[in-house]
Amino acid sequence: METAISISGLVKTFGPTRALDGLDLEVRTGEVHGFLGPNGAGKTTTIRVLLGLLRADAGRVELLGGDPWRDAVALHRRLAYVPGDVTLWPSLSGGEVIDLLGRLRGGLDPTRRRRLLELFDLDPRKKARTYSKGNRQKVALVAALASDVELLLLDEPTAGLDPLMEAAFRDWINAEERARGRTVLLSSHILAEVEALADRVSIIRAGRVVESGTLGELRHLTRTSIQAELAAPPDGLLELPGVHDLEVDGTRVRLQVDSERLDEVLRHLSAAGVRSLTSQPPTLEELFLRHYQSDGASADGQPRKEVAR
Amino acid sequence: MTTLAGTGGLARLILRRDRWLLPLWVLVLALLPAQTAVAIDQFYDTPAKLRDLYGTIVTTPGLRAMLGPVFGATLGAITVWRAGLYFTMVGLASLLTVIRHTRADEEAGRRELLGSTVVGRHAPLAAALLVTFGADLVLGALLAAGMVGVGLPATGSLAYGLSMAAAGWTFAAIAAVAAQLTDGAGGARGIALATLGVAFALRAAGDTGGSGSGFGWLSWLSPIGWTQQTRAYAGERWWVFALLAALVVVLTAAAFALLARRDVGAGVLAARLGPAAAASSLGSPLALAWRLQRVALVSWTAGLALLGGLIGSVANSVGDMAKESTQLKDLLERLGGEKALSDAYIASAMVIFALAAAGYAIQATLRLRAEEESGRAELVLATAASRRQWATSHLLFGLLGPAVVLLAAGTAEGLTYGLVGGDLGHQLPRVLAGALVQLPAVLVLAGIAMALFGLLPRLAPLSWAALAVAAFLVLFGPLLRLSQGILDLDPFSHIPKVPGAAVPATPLLWLLVIAAALAAAGLAGFRRRDVLSTA
Repeated sequence: METAISISGLVKTFGPTRALDGLDLEVRTGEVHGFLGPNGAGKTTTIRVLLGLLRADAGRVELLGGDPWRDAVALHRRLAYVPGDVTLWPSLSGGEVIDLLGRLRGGLDPTRRRRLLELFDLDPRKKARTYSKGNRQKVALVAALASDVELLLLDEPTAGLDPLMEAAFRDWINAEERARGRTVLLSSHILAEVEALADRVSIIRAGRVVESGTLGELRHLTRTSIQAELAAPPDGLLELPGVHDLEVDGTRVRLQVDSERLDEVLRHLSAAGVRSLTSQPPTLEELFLRHYQSDGASADGQPRKEVAR
Repeated sequence: MTTLAGTGGLARLILRRDRWLLPLWVLVLALLPAQTAVAIDQFYDTPAKLRDLYGTIVTTPGLRAMLGPVFGATLGAITVWRAGLYFTMVGLASLLTVIRHTRADEEAGRRELLGSTVVGRHAPLAAALLVTFGADLVLGALLAAGMVGVGLPATGSLAYGLSMAAAGWTFAAIAAVAAQLTDGAGGARGIALATLGVAFALRAAGDTGGSGSGFGWLSWLSPIGWTQQTRAYAGERWWVFALLAALVVVLTAAAFALLARRDVGAGVLAARLGPAAAASSLGSPLALAWRLQRVALVSWTAGLALLGGLIGSVANSVGDMAKESTQLKDLLERLGGEKALSDAYIASAMVIFALAAAGYAIQATLRLRAEEESGRAELVLATAASRRQWATSHLLFGLLGPAVVLLAAGTAEGLTYGLVGGDLGHQLPRVLAGALVQLPAVLVLAGIAMALFGLLPRLAPLSWAALAVAAFLVLFGPLLRLSQGILDLDPFSHIPKVPGAAVPATPLLWLLVIAAALAAAGLAGFRRRDVLSTA
């Protein structure tokens, strides 16, 4: 089977709100697919439709070759899900929740369970009531990653984890899940996380996928902002392709550069002698803004109008 | 005292956070009794009618069990009796307010945020008690003013207002102690609510038999009983207030003493560690539902069995009491002798069991909604568990749980009734039948809860309103002389008074059919709708 998830024209409305507005998404079997978008864009709604928890209003949804609403039970044996905001049963211990969810899915690998508990430094004897948000998330992650399934649906799985645990999670996905050939749909609003993990990325905005492709293909969307203190005033920066919003104040330089042109600009700067340099990767919001601007439209997708007062 | 630094500021914060909730319960509970007085005055507008009503109350143990004792045939005394549940409700509101601003805050981590500012370690508890005590006092003052306003004597109104405030203070102090014991707000709330439940059950058991039954002392074990024993409008007994005040002082001191001994976030009862792996039995939706529901099922069963045992043991003396009272002689003869009066007493207690079992049935069924709203249902439904499997796992408790509860209550009542009367073999099956015959009506309430959950999930809490209306109609409908057409809407009104009456099969079968149809509609609705969660 080539595709694990195939969605086209998916619409889901809640009362007057159109949460999903003709969404298309394709996830190939065996890939780690980044599902990137700001909060409220419709990532969670999409995943909940894929789980058969919500019923699609329109569109075609295929999951592991089946219909997520009709074949929910059969499909759920083959997938594991980690919600973005994990709530557990306060009176159950973490270990009990992990085993329960594993058994309900149809099996848990005890070796991986033990390794994951060590990796995440999680005490399974504590009652869920006493766990922090991050620890509740770890419980759901261990239960999902240790179960014998083909597909992992992870909704912002690192939102409550500290940086150390985030790194542990990334290492596990890159080493273990890739080696096992499991398909992963990873939703996130953090660009860096998706960059570190995903083979392909779909960017969702206002209920629609606006870009989809490998990171390399999407590189044209990203721009890095640079501030530098130079030994001598630079020249010729303005003529370089891919440089935007250039400000030169004596030996101080601020500019933004398309990521694919970064190398040239840095060479140009170091030719002038760099005293200090800070660079910032683009935030997701900037990325969207740019994406829409390059289409000649404003951020909300409407054609730009002159505003006169 | 630096440990109290910041109390004023925190009290203002509580008032700000509760600026709608607090005035709401204070006003409602303060003004309803005056409203009750007006209503009673309209229906029973002569002393003779009031005396009749008084007679009815004295001869109906179920009414006393539910609302408490009545101490006089005056408008004031009967109003206090009729508004008897409000003592428990003031206690409930005060208890929840204190837990909400102490342990719940601590569990959510808000207490820590405050603890890092200039706030003494006793200040959060002091502020929560200060606000709650103050609210209860305002409630009492408004209540007294309202009663004077509708023309009742000032002395009695003062005692009534004070006794309501005292009920609030007592359970606020009990909650303050409970909040120190566990590390979770749920556990603290459970302890405080269980105390309230036991206090209510003791009072109910003590009051059913009346003062001459030999069980009257039971209501003296309950602070709710104390508040009613202050006897507003019926020769006030002021010394009872000293008892209540002493209890509040002791409990408050205990709460502060416990607070001084523990860490922020911890409870006096240490949090126990659970197992590192699940028992092999915990692997299905039903096993999970059992795990989540068993404590409630066992508590309800034990509580009602206890109440049943108490009522059964006093039932035989009811006939004797009535024999001595000339006032009741006519009534007794009309009912068909002493034994019939004991039977009627047993039968009227069944209504209480049925209402309690229905409360349990709704609680157990609405667990589905609680699981859904919290997002925990999603975790289970994303596994190979089907919607039907998951929904029936909890619904089973809503349908079979009440049967267990009624079976236990009926068995306990039949045992004590039969043992005291010396004819166990005869009485046990009769009493048990009286309890079990309630089941169809109880199941209708479970069915309503399930139907709302499946079809109109956001309105699921209305199940409680349905129970409140049903309880009102079955308890007070005949008293208010409501028309039969309205009374027939109540499932409980179709249940025969057993032991005593014959058991017609048709209405019971109809109730079962209605309950089954409602439950099936709810189940079908849930399988077709979106799973909603607030997360």
